[in-house]
Amino acid sequence: MRCGDFKETYIKDEEIFQSLFVKFCLGLFFIFLIIFPFVTSAYLVYVANMIGFSIIAAVGLNLLTGFTGQISLGHAAFVGVGAYTSAILVTRLGFSFWLSIPFAGLIAAFAGMIIGIPSLRVKGLYLCIATLAAQFIFEFVFIHWESMTKGITGINIPAPSIGSLQFVTEKEFYWITLFFVVLGVGYARNLVRSRMGRAFVAIRDRDLSAEIIGINLFRYKLSAFAISSFYAGVAGALWVTFLKVVTPDHFPFMLSIQYLAMIIVGGLGSTLGSIFGAIFITLAPELLNYLSEVVKAYAPGHEEIFVPMKEVVFGLLIVLFLIFEPRGLAEIWNRIKNFFRLWPFSY
Amino acid sequence: MENSQEYQLQVKDIHLSFGGLMALNGVTTGVRKGEIFSIIGPNGAGKTCLLNCINRFYHPEKGQVIFEDRDISEMKPHKIASLGIARTFQNVELFAHMTVLDNIKLGAHVHLKSGFLSGGIYYGKSRTEEILLRKEIEEKIIDLLEIEHIRKQVVHALPYGLQKRVELARALAMKPRVLLLDEPATGMNLEETEDMARFILDINEEWETTIILIEHDMGVVMDISDRICVLDFGQKIAEGKPQEIRLNENVIKAYLGEEDITYSRLGA
Repeated sequence: MRCGDFKETYIKDEEIFQSLFVKFCLGLFFIFLIIFPFVTSAYLVYVANMIGFSIIAAVGLNLLTGFTGQISLGHAAFVGVGAYTSAILVTRLGFSFWLSIPFAGLIAAFAGMIIGIPSLRVKGLYLCIATLAAQFIFEFVFIHWESMTKGITGINIPAPSIGSLQFVTEKEFYWITLFFVVLGVGYARNLVRSRMGRAFVAIRDRDLSAEIIGINLFRYKLSAFAISSFYAGVAGALWVTFLKVVTPDHFPFMLSIQYLAMIIVGGLGSTLGSIFGAIFITLAPELLNYLSEVVKAYAPGHEEIFVPMKEVVFGLLIVLFLIFEPRGLAEIWNRIKNFFRLWPFSY
Repeated sequence: MENSQEYQLQVKDIHLSFGGLMALNGVTTGVRKGEIFSIIGPNGAGKTCLLNCINRFYHPEKGQVIFEDRDISEMKPHKIASLGIARTFQNVELFAHMTVLDNIKLGAHVHLKSGFLSGGIYYGKSRTEEILLRKEIEEKIIDLLEIEHIRKQVVHALPYGLQKRVELARALAMKPRVLLLDEPATGMNLEETEDMARFILDINEEWETTIILIEHDMGVVMDISDRICVLDFGQKIAEGKPQEIRLNENVIKAYLGEEDITYSRLGA
């Protein structure tokens, strides 16, 4: 506990952001987020958008895998379900983009619940394989249900708008992304400190005693699948609307693995971790791209070495992170915070 | 025979076997409201099995469990929790990566109302609910069990004795009508054992909770029990007040073997 930090009411003690200083920093960070698109290049805002979609999906997956302990290898499939739902609703049924978002979430949640049914019977690796099946089934459906998804040619999606306000460019879309990221992260953070989130963690830590204190395992596991897939669906809908096109190639098995990597690198069972993980996994290849460009300039004629090297470095980075901090970036963050808590007089 | 109507929780003719092994062979007994009822017996006598049958972890082949005139033999474990039957385990079964407070809060799960929408918004009713829960836990449970100093610590790092106490706290947060305690004082030193006995008496008196206790520490059992039931090889061999059990021939023979050992162990 921080020195001199005494709480006088339970309300104060239950707050997420415990001190005025933290709230101040958070305020600064929000100001930064708002200024960001005005001061940077379109490319960086594009990257920020991609990070945003990853954050939403990763927060969802963390609720399922990190908090509830149900490993899912099919998260990209639910992202895809949401993406296609939104695309089809907007292009075929003339839904507005805004209305299609909750529907994308709900349909994805429904798909997630169906895939989650085996979770009552199978755990761990076996559930992993069951969700893997979901990934391939949905990929197959995206490609072959051509009357609905237009197969590999994909669907073109118009840009969203409010009245005359159009969200076409990266910078314009940034506001939509930011809104949903804040909403999604806030909701998840609150959920895990209330009744339902605690029940999730109880199921992860010891399902036997979870049941003995009155938690309906089946219901809560399915809820976890539903909520997680809802996030995935919303992330998918935003993502493909941003790209203005959706094809089955967007949701490969690799993407599911990437989401899993995000929450593992970021920190399982931590909302903050999902954010860090999403930033890291999205940003690292971009940084390495940049670095390899720089290196190329200094060592011309060796492109064939440096360009593939970045994949290796990316893999190495993940492994190193896991070795040095298996509990993820969120834990590193906590350690840094704890160091400065008593700094400079740590005794 | 006593009138069965007066029992709050009753098991009737429970049979349970694992393969060829008869774990419980027609056990019939009952607990009255407000009692401290102990179940004792040698290792493997079927004590924990009996609790597991009440909780519906095990499904007995035959027999009934009746709680407040309702047959709960076919209910799911989580339903039974909502009726007000709480329990602790022989090997601590806490949520290891959560804090003490969160563990206790989880105990109140069945008494809370917020769902996935209100919980995620955490404003208004669901927030008030959380704060009230916190207040109640702090002022009633944590205060009673004297675990203020560890409330924000993560459970798996705590010493065993404190973990047992946290588990009791979690069971109390369920506001149980019947509390099943499976060896609450095992692995504790004398002082911790005495604390635990004191807590059990406090809970029984202040909360008017019926307590079913499995314990090997005869000092505790003889001191705090109102009635004792003795199991051996899945069968009930005696039931009655501590003094009766202490002098019961069958118990002396079956439970502890030699007579002279018995006298020293039972403290008669």
